Amino acid sequence: MSTVKENVKYAESHEWVMVEGEIATIGISDYAQHALGDIVYVDLPEEGDEVEAGETFGAVESVKAASDLISPVSGEVVEVNSELEDAPELINKDAFGTWMIKVKLSDSSELDALLDAAAYAKICEE
Amino acid sequence: MKEYDKLIFEISRPGRKGYELPADRYATDGLGAIPASLRRDEPLDLPEVSELDVVRHYTNLSNKNFGVDTGFYPLGSCTMKYNPKINEELASMREFSGLHPLQPAETAQGALELYWNLQRALSSLAGLEEFTLNPYAGAHGELTGLMVMRRYHELRGDDKRTKVIVPDTAHGTNPASAMVAGLEVVEVKSKPNGSIDVEDLKPLLDDTVAGIMMTNPNTLGMFETEIMEIAELVHKAGGLLYYDGANFNPLLGKVRPGDMGFDIMHINLHKTFSTPHGGGGPGSGPVGVARNLVDLLPMPRVVKNEDGTFGVLTDGDKSLGSVSTFFGNFGVMMKAYAYILSLGRDNIKEVGPMAVLNANYIKESLKDLYKLPIEGHCKHEFVFDGLADKSTGVTTLNVAKRLLDYGFHAPTIYFPLLFHESMMIEPTETESLETLDEFIDVMRKVAIEAAEDPESVKNAPLTTPISHPDETTAAKKPILSYKQMCEANN
Amino acid sequence: MSNRYIPHTDADKARMLERIGVGSVDELYNDVPQQVVFRGEYDLPEGMSEPELREWFAKLGAANNVLKVFGGNGAYDHYSPSVISHLLERSEFYTAYTPYQPEISQGTLQYIFEYQSMISELTGMESANASMYDGATAAAESMFMMVASARKKNRVLVSATLLPQVRRVIATYMKFHGVELTELPAKDGVTDFGVLDAELAKGDVAGVMVPSVNRYGIVEDLTGVADRIRAAKGALAVYCDPSALAVLKTPGEWDADIACGDGQTLGMPLQFGGPYLGFIACRKDMLRKMPGRVVGATVDRDGKRCYVLTLQAREQHIRRQKATSNICSNQSLMALYATVYVALMGPEGLKEVNRLSCDGAHYLYNQLLATGKFHAVYDKPFLKEFVVKTDLDVKRVNRYLADHGYMGGVEIEPGVLEFAVTEKRTKEEIDTLVKLMLEA
Repeated sequence: MSTVKENVKYAESHEWVMVEGEIATIGISDYAQHALGDIVYVDLPEEGDEVEAGETFGAVESVKAASDLISPVSGEVVEVNSELEDAPELINKDAFGTWMIKVKLSDSSELDALLDAAAYAKICEE
Repeated sequence: MKEYDKLIFEISRPGRKGYELPADRYATDGLGAIPASLRRDEPLDLPEVSELDVVRHYTNLSNKNFGVDTGFYPLGSCTMKYNPKINEELASMREFSGLHPLQPAETAQGALELYWNLQRALSSLAGLEEFTLNPYAGAHGELTGLMVMRRYHELRGDDKRTKVIVPDTAHGTNPASAMVAGLEVVEVKSKPNGSIDVEDLKPLLDDTVAGIMMTNPNTLGMFETEIMEIAELVHKAGGLLYYDGANFNPLLGKVRPGDMGFDIMHINLHKTFSTPHGGGGPGSGPVGVARNLVDLLPMPRVVKNEDGTFGVLTDGDKSLGSVSTFFGNFGVMMKAYAYILSLGRDNIKEVGPMAVLNANYIKESLKDLYKLPIEGHCKHEFVFDGLADKSTGVTTLNVAKRLLDYGFHAPTIYFPLLFHESMMIEPTETESLETLDEFIDVMRKVAIEAAEDPESVKNAPLTTPISHPDETTAAKKPILSYKQMCEANN
Repeated sequence: MSNRYIPHTDADKARMLERIGVGSVDELYNDVPQQVVFRGEYDLPEGMSEPELREWFAKLGAANNVLKVFGGNGAYDHYSPSVISHLLERSEFYTAYTPYQPEISQGTLQYIFEYQSMISELTGMESANASMYDGATAAAESMFMMVASARKKNRVLVSATLLPQVRRVIATYMKFHGVELTELPAKDGVTDFGVLDAELAKGDVAGVMVPSVNRYGIVEDLTGVADRIRAAKGALAVYCDPSALAVLKTPGEWDADIACGDGQTLGMPLQFGGPYLGFIACRKDMLRKMPGRVVGATVDRDGKRCYVLTLQAREQHIRRQKATSNICSNQSLMALYATVYVALMGPEGLKEVNRLSCDGAHYLYNQLLATGKFHAVYDKPFLKEFVVKTDLDVKRVNRYLADHGYMGGVEIEPGVLEFAVTEKRTKEEIDTLVKLMLEA
């Protein structure tokens, strides 16, 4: 049903992270968008906010469900995908192509605790 | 009947009116004395319609509604019992409806006596010492009750107790009320049969726990048989027990929450005591407490004076404060008390048992076609986990919508969260055997349709004024007023 | 033993027990521990037939004294057109639950949509919810909205000129929820905005609540207030009377973020304090922090216009402890009340209600001052409510008035009386009131 993208890291709470240099780009997985159904609203932080690994940084809402977004990494939010304000359905269309926030990493060792695609795929199967 | 699809704004014609007021006989110009800078500049775009326009418009709207008076309404955990008509009439008596909440107590003795009588009646039915009738609804009662709990610990000088334990099966209101009351929620796990896992509870009970919120029978309609042990454990740990009265109906005549060790509870007068739900209120959520908590109740309180008259308390050192502008939804209380008087001390004992009999009768009549996840005698309601035969792809939502075609309201669906296809059925005691049999027949028919022609069920409803509304667009691009609708159409 | 609300005959019970496979109804309670089974008698009267019930209520009603009301203080004796009670008695409306099944609840959903539209129009705000319990709880929840929107600020300011019973509910809610509350003092009968900047400068203020018409009946001047608050990244909530907004500057015009208050003034009976109608309306950017039910327009599968509960992911049944509020049931039928009232009155009727009330209030004010026994307290503009002070023995005066069928002013401070006049009061009644007070 849902796909898992290679070459990105995953949190157990279904966020994906792609790292380039010291910037981590974060979104939610295809599995997560599938589970939520039609996404109608995304609540995201503001640029300049600090996020912490394991803490909530926002929420996604469908018609009859809401799910917190948990940050897989710590750092400062340097960019927020403002397109999602008017077009939250982009996440349903392409979960891996639609990022939510970009974070300047404050501790890159946190990445080691995240799952690779194979391990994440296993969680989705369960 | 012709299909009516207008908004009141759309039948407006400039210059039309639906009122008549006395002529202004004052030689003063009051509004002129208010500076223009404090007066409204913006135009006031409200409907201009005749009296008959209004009457037809809302009568037509009412025809698109389904109420208890229309048909069977087995909405689980909502206790949709019959709303007696005499109650409506009595509550609108001018001798009560014309009373200002701040008029001198000596001039409102009848209202105060009724109010006090209802406090006494609920105390007796609940096995608790005293009630406040101020809270406006069940959730408001929960919030008030949790404030009592926090005030109790505060007065003891115990500021460590910041957590409240809530079963993972609880209705969402419980944790939300705890959040509003400033308490942190700790979930206690349920056993596979839905009752609280006492072994999981024990380690949670430390000196940071203010108390536990639970209902009995629980969310699945099953009695928590270990309630006495739970009460003892919580009390021993220094906490209080809160009883969510959403499920009080089956206990009427059989068990009093106070006797099970509960210290605080709320009652939904619009469930157990027959006052109408009004399409979502006004309800009333009185909160009862044990003896040691009486002085903590919110103000105002109605008391009986030594000389037999009735008075109003507005201040108290120990009181938690206030949760309402005045006395609460007094009109709703009048209806509830009329119901209590109609039944009286003997007939009221039949309420719980007959509600339980009705629920078990439906359960036993359908459990071959619908999946019953928990065996045993339920109380006032029970939960099916969808159709027994899941191979057709017909969901609980489909069954619920198909019931509408057959003239029944749907059960509560997708709650509790314990099962994927929850369908929660509560018939109440006011329904006759014939009505239950009709419902059972239709439920069986829908199960057979699901097996033989699943698409027809998935397509339901077919006979209602609308079908399959687009809720996604509604949430994505909210249109919440006529003005926004006009803007969206342009 | 069946009765008029429980239809079970002995034959019915026998058949049902047989299907269930138990011998008695008691057996269905076998899982209840024996020590908690109630075997006593409830402390209640014996059941009453309908004629007896009527008699009982008539007797109690006779112990009440319905007065010609000249008090206000949060509850106003406006006229309720006959049509309203007839429409509210349609049981398709009042015996329905919250409209969870939109297919068979379009009646409820559409009137809520109309109600939201009317509240938005009256307050000048973009969006309203489906109702709150009462004005005080709507005010408290508005404070939460401002705290939730502000992020990381946890203090709110409330004007001391707001009704005391509303402030008391706000204080109770803030205390338990853990929000710091500071009072903006009153000066000369209005909010003292002189201290506002100093409070805002502390950087921790999420929002400020002030009344549109205050506890002394005075219309507050909020010029520039919203800008000052917004400059400090806070929000402004205005507590208002929706009927009065037909003639007074709206929260929208004052550039507020939230409008809240009690809709009892839209013709609702006094009913000893309830049910009334809390309301909240707000700007678009606060919409998702707004508590309670909200109805939105959409289309069904055939493209037919219809209405549904929407933005439900904010609510307690989905969000649990992360919800914006715990409210479920609200005052839906009272929202219908307000809707029918506003439909009947229309823009001109609402203005006329206010003009009559305002003229009557000014007439009473002038008559009172002319007696020499009542004196002005403030020299500020008022609508239908005002305060005067007196050296008369207020308790004796009010008792005398009650004996003659009148409710006089509410004593809000020693020797200070608050009076309200609505379109229901006549010039003759005002003259009588003044005469009785002098006689007392």
